[in-house]
Amino acid sequence: MIEYLRYLGAEALDFLGNLGRASLMWGRALSGLPQWNDIGLLMRQIYNIGVLSLVIIILSAFSIGAVIALQFHTQLAKFGAEDAVGVGLAMVLLRELGPVVTALLFAGRAGSAITAEIGLMKSTEQLSSMEMMGVDPLRRIVAPRLWAGMLCLPLLTAIFNVVAIYGGVVVAVEWLGADPSSYWIGMQDVVELWEDLGKGMVKSVFFAVLVTWIAVYQGYDTVPTAEGIGMSTTRTVVLSSVMVLATDFLLTLSMYGDFG
Amino acid sequence: MQMRTIEISVGAFVLAGALALVFLAVKVSGVDLTASRDTYTVQARFNDVAGLRERAKVSLAGVTIGRVARIEADMNYGEAIAVLELNGQPGNLPLDTGARIVTEGLLGARYVSLSLGIEEDYLTEGDMITDTQGALVLESLIGDFVTKMGAN
Repeated sequence: MIEYLRYLGAEALDFLGNLGRASLMWGRALSGLPQWNDIGLLMRQIYNIGVLSLVIIILSAFSIGAVIALQFHTQLAKFGAEDAVGVGLAMVLLRELGPVVTALLFAGRAGSAITAEIGLMKSTEQLSSMEMMGVDPLRRIVAPRLWAGMLCLPLLTAIFNVVAIYGGVVVAVEWLGADPSSYWIGMQDVVELWEDLGKGMVKSVFFAVLVTWIAVYQGYDTVPTAEGIGMSTTRTVVLSSVMVLATDFLLTLSMYGDFG
Repeated sequence: MQMRTIEISVGAFVLAGALALVFLAVKVSGVDLTASRDTYTVQARFNDVAGLRERAKVSLAGVTIGRVARIEADMNYGEAIAVLELNGQPGNLPLDTGARIVTEGLLGARYVSLSLGIEEDYLTEGDMITDTQGALVLESLIGDFVTKMGAN
């Protein structure tokens, strides 16, 4: 019994310690705002994290938009309400699917890469040799990745939404023959700038902070062995996915929940 | 990978993201970038606005000419007052213009449909439309029908 209690206490302390180290790392890395001569590092990270994620984002967005439009169309056609396909698609994408799916893909594509890269740097002692040379690895390695992630995910989300809406156009309008003007006009009538697009983008910023933070910390705190890096990478993907979905529920609740 | 190529592709990426945002704002949420058009508001008093929402459209002969800005309850008379925001300048809707709440299609949204009157004077800012017909509430309609059938 006492042993269980001790186990629980150790786990709790471990969790708090992790949280504290992660917060410290995050705060210290971001406290020095990006400086002009670090811009090259930032560029490289935006390239690695953002540009190289474009392909998977665009392919997934197109398929998801097409599938949702197809499902909506077949169901709504039963009520003769095919005109609502555009509205439904835009609402679902802007409010939920866009930010969430992009964040999940981002965690799988970019988050795991960040963890593995930093983990390998740690296990080959590149991080400690940097410290030895008087270069702050937080500033040189961690900060550019955090900034790049926070910049890239909202942009990727916007691109995801646009491509998915076009995927919907291809299926609903070009293929199934919905009326293009009611597709667009219906969307414009209902979708609101802040309520739908703005809040979706706010969500995406939250997810960006979450995913890059988890990815960088898992790499930075990895057990410096081959097995350790593998476990950290797995943890990054699992933890970010779960946290994104859980945070999404909380954000939706606080943004759209009606407590009146 | 050359730094130059990286910088160019990053620039293109950021530009694409910004363009995507603009596209979403303009094409999807229908933000009108041109300066806010002239509008004036009139009020309409309904016995029942069930199902009418704010931002619902106001139409004349099927053409959208404005939207519902607010809906308030008049506690004194137990009626609802819908504030209608109409495009353009006052001076083309007669004083005895009528307003009806109708439904778009079978399951569609409620909106306000105006019908022109014959007065010489026109509605101006803040005027009240009194010739109205409120929303059809299916339940009360069925209720009426059942009571009448019972009476017969």
